[in-house]
Amino acid sequence: MSLSRQHEMHKRRFSRNLGLGLVLAAFVALVFGLTIAKVSDDDFAVTTEEAS
Amino acid sequence: MSDASLNTSKVQGFEDEASFGDFFALLKPRVMTLVVFTAFVGLIAAPVSVHPVVGFAAILFIAVGGGASGALNMWWDADIDAVMKRTAKRPIPAGKVTRDEAFAFGLALSGFAVVMLGLATNLLAAGLLAFTIFFYIVIYTMWLKRWTPQNIVIGGAAGAFPPMIGWAAATGSVSVEAVLMFCLTFMWTPPHFWALALFTKMDYDNARVPMLTVTHGRRSTRVHILVYTVLLAALAIGLGFTSVGGPLYLAVALVLNATFLKGAVDIWRRDETASEADKYLAERKFFKLSLLYLFAHFGAIAAEALLAPYGLGGW
Repeated sequence: MSLSRQHEMHKRRFSRNLGLGLVLAAFVALVFGLTIAKVSDDDFAVTTEEAS
Repeated sequence: MSDASLNTSKVQGFEDEASFGDFFALLKPRVMTLVVFTAFVGLIAAPVSVHPVVGFAAILFIAVGGGASGALNMWWDADIDAVMKRTAKRPIPAGKVTRDEAFAFGLALSGFAVVMLGLATNLLAAGLLAFTIFFYIVIYTMWLKRWTPQNIVIGGAAGAFPPMIGWAAATGSVSVEAVLMFCLTFMWTPPHFWALALFTKMDYDNARVPMLTVTHGRRSTRVHILVYTVLLAALAIGLGFTSVGGPLYLAVALVLNATFLKGAVDIWRRDETASEADKYLAERKFFKLSLLYLFAHFGAIAAEALLAPYGLGGW
C-alpha cells in the first residue's frame, strides 16, 4: 500500500483536525458570549455596586 | 486463513483510522436529540427567565454530558453491540474506534460537561448532570443491564433527568413540576423499549441481555406494557393540572393517552401467533406512536410556556 499525498488516511486526519478546530473555535466563542452574559447580568451589577 | 491475517487492518494501522464523524457517532446523536429537546422544555417551562446565551450553553453542556455517557456506554457494552444487528455498525464493533479511545473520550467529555454546566448555571444542575452520567454508566450499564429484567425500568431514570436538569439550570432548585416531567419520561421508557423488544426478539436473546421478553416470557411483557401504560396515562394527564400544564397540554394528553392505551390493550390481547402472522404490526405501531407520544407531550409543555406571555398558555 502506497502513501500518496491524497491517501484516505490524510482525508480522515484532515476531517478530524478540521472538526476539532471548529469545535474549539465555537467553544471560545461560547465562553466569550457567556462572559458577556454574566457580566451584564443584573445580579452581577448589584454585587459590584455593593462591593464599591 | 492464518491467525496473523485476522487483524490485517490494525497491523497496517490507518485503514480503519477514525474520522471526526466516528467520534461524533460515539455520542449517540439520536439519543442526544431527545436529551436536548426535553432539557430545553424543562428550561423554558421554568418560571424564571434565563439569558439566551446561558440557556443555550446549559442545553449544550447537558447534551455533551448525555453524549459522553453514550460513549462510555459503548465502551462498556462493546461486546453486546457486536452481536446485535441494531448496534453492530457502531464505531467500536465496526473497528473505527478502540475501546480505550472511547473510554478516554467519554470520561474527558463527562468531566468537561459537568464543570462547564456548573460554571454556566449552578452547582445543583451540574450535580444532577454528574449523577445522571454516574447512574447511566455505573448503575444501569455496568450493573443492572446484564443482571435484572427490570434494567429498562430503573435505567430509564437516566434518560428522564434532562428536563429536571434544565429546570434546575434555570431556577437553581427542583420542584414538583420538574419531578413530574422526570416521571413522564421514566414511566414512558419501559413500554417503549418492551414494545421494541417484542419485535426484535432475537437480538436481545443473542446478546444474553436479560430483557423481560427473555426472562419472563412474551405474555408477561405484554401485561407489563399495559400496566405501565395505564400508570403513565394517569401521570401524563395529572401533569396537565400543574403550573406547566394548560388547556392545550391537557387536550394533547387526553388524545394521545387514549390512543396509547388502545395500542397497549391491542398488544395485551394478542398472542405470538397473531403477532407473527402480521409481522408484529401492532407492536411496531405502538413503538412508533411512543416516539410521537413523548415528543408531543413535551412539545405541548413548551407551547404552554411560549404562549403564556401572550395570555394564551397555562391555566
